Amino acid sequence: MEATTLFQNVVTGVSLGSAYALIAIGYTMVYGILRLINFAHGDIFMMAGYFTIFAISSFGMPWYVAILFVILATVVLGVLIEKLAYKPLRESPRMSIMISAIGVSYLLVNSATYLFTGLPRAFPELGFLQKVYQIGDISAPIVTFITPVVTLVLLFALMYLVNHTKTGMAMRAVSKDFEAAKLMGIEINRIITITFVIGCSLAAISAILYFSPRPMVYPFSGLMPGLKCFVAAVLGGIGNIPGAVIGGFIIGIAETFLVAVFPAMTGYSDAFTFVLLIVMLLFRPTGLLGEKIAEKV
Amino acid sequence: MPMEFEYKKLNKQTKMILTILLVLACIIVTYMLDKGMIGTSYTVRIVRISVIYALIGVSMNLVNGFTGVFSLGQAGFMAIGAYSVGVFTIPVADRANVFYLVPMSEKIVNVELSFGTALIMGGLLAAAFAALIGAPVLRLKSDYLAIATLGFSEIVRALIANNQMWPFTNGSLGLKSIPSFNSLFVPVIISVLGIAFMVMLINSSYGRAFKAIREDEIAAEAMGINLFKHKGMSFIISAFFAGIGGGLLAVHLTAIDTNQFKIMVTYELLLIIVLGGLGSVTGTVISAFLISFGKEILRWFDAAHYIGAWQIPIFRPGLRMVIFSLLLMSVVLFWRKGIMGRKEFSWDGIYNFLRKWPWVVKHILSGDYEKASREKRKVKSDGRATDKAGRAQSRLKIKKQKEEDSRAK
Repeated sequence: MEATTLFQNVVTGVSLGSAYALIAIGYTMVYGILRLINFAHGDIFMMAGYFTIFAISSFGMPWYVAILFVILATVVLGVLIEKLAYKPLRESPRMSIMISAIGVSYLLVNSATYLFTGLPRAFPELGFLQKVYQIGDISAPIVTFITPVVTLVLLFALMYLVNHTKTGMAMRAVSKDFEAAKLMGIEINRIITITFVIGCSLAAISAILYFSPRPMVYPFSGLMPGLKCFVAAVLGGIGNIPGAVIGGFIIGIAETFLVAVFPAMTGYSDAFTFVLLIVMLLFRPTGLLGEKIAEKV
Repeated sequence: MPMEFEYKKLNKQTKMILTILLVLACIIVTYMLDKGMIGTSYTVRIVRISVIYALIGVSMNLVNGFTGVFSLGQAGFMAIGAYSVGVFTIPVADRANVFYLVPMSEKIVNVELSFGTALIMGGLLAAAFAALIGAPVLRLKSDYLAIATLGFSEIVRALIANNQMWPFTNGSLGLKSIPSFNSLFVPVIISVLGIAFMVMLINSSYGRAFKAIREDEIAAEAMGINLFKHKGMSFIISAFFAGIGGGLLAVHLTAIDTNQFKIMVTYELLLIIVLGGLGSVTGTVISAFLISFGKEILRWFDAAHYIGAWQIPIFRPGLRMVIFSLLLMSVVLFWRKGIMGRKEFSWDGIYNFLRKWPWVVKHILSGDYEKASREKRKVKSDGRATDKAGRAQSRLKIKKQKEEDSRAK
């Protein structure tokens, strides 16, 4: 492989990986606190893609207003889902809340098919994001270069929030021991809502960054990224935020290189992620950065 | 009418007669549908899809509802079964038409199997895959297992659609001209046999081990149940029948492609078994019929409707699935037991269910809602209520009875 192609692939892979990382953070945070795989997270991400289309193509908002609008709309959607579909089941077995999450995912896909029709919709141009930019021999839309920067900035902001603020301390407490945190006077519901707000706004940002270099959004476009990002979260160690980012990068880069190095394997790029997951779970079930948890009887 | 509703059992003979009547009725209805005496070919199609979904649903319930292993790989196993049947039953003469882009591999182009052989092969192949992935995957805990099995079903789809597999599976073009059923009895009988086998398994000592694992894995292991062996057995048998169900589905549809085995199919199946009741075979069967027919009835919402000349804007394609998923969500949230909970259909249950309404209505009319709901919940086979207050009451009654007996002596 030539140096230029190599760099081009690195740039693409890192960019894809950072978009994945942002979604994976949402998974890992919700899992850390509720012990729930939020199957609907990928579909929330897909809805954010549609919100962007509406904000720009239908309402004609300028791109900076549109981004705020998309984040807000996605957060409202996510919090609503938490309040309506997950909160009533908090005391019930984990299987039923997982089934509820699957139900929400099913509902979101069907609603998107109904509201926006099943046909793929073109993703609008967001200001300068799609302009092709050249560094040396590598040319890519600006968004490809921006994505990793945005992800790292958000990661550090989030790490500060979790490790150095009172809310973050409460979050860590809830994820360590739900019951004990409750007894210590932590408002569980507020913490969970905050978690969903963070997760969904990151998903919204990720949607804008992910869909910008891609032409289309369709109702199923959230399923695969959603599952892959959960795999990313598991890979990094579920419940661990930097782990999720590392996992996202690994999957994004590995996927890009798999397609670039073995073009014949293109069809397997989705499958590859899951092979990675199964291998990972066999040899290091707690993930790269995860802590070992003793099983309680 | 006595003051309180008493649970009564039917005698064995009556139950036997009722069962025979029910079976006869089913056979007659199937026969009449098959011969076109009642319903249309459209109804026959819905019945066919219902029995196929019932079989796959029960197979999924065996793992999820009875063994408590949250597996989401059903679509993958279905795809394996469907493609085995599809590839080998397309008539040799039609194969060049189907594989028009990449010719079929010479190794299998002249191999045509009968429907039965291909179906069993599909089931066995699915079971073999289950054994292969079960070894690593079944060691995982619930949520990881869900994701790993989900991933597996995607891997299967990718394998089938991949370039190297084109000469065998026709890749993303899918298969068509699969010969259809020659009678409605074929899918019905296969489904009934499959479900009967699984019911027998559930009622055997293996089934009791499955249920013990579902209730408490650690306790079950302490009681000497081999977790891995039993989970694997349940998983493999479930995959076998999912493969068979997938094969039937291929024959039902006559044209298949990999998009029909997306994750959404597994989600839909999961919602079927949740509606029927996780851990109830009869519930799953009822729910499969209910959902297949319900989805067709809801088609009304997809059509355009007019008030005068004005078209009501909300009615357009897709609304049906939104309403359908909202209904399922409300089941998941407010009616978690589903139709049957963990119970099975029984004549006693039906008999008493019908009998107790006068009492329930009486209590409601007299304004005693608490009593009404207590009557409604009286379901235990020995006439005891399932709630605490009712249990205390019936204990008291038994005590009184004993005292009277001893006094009589």
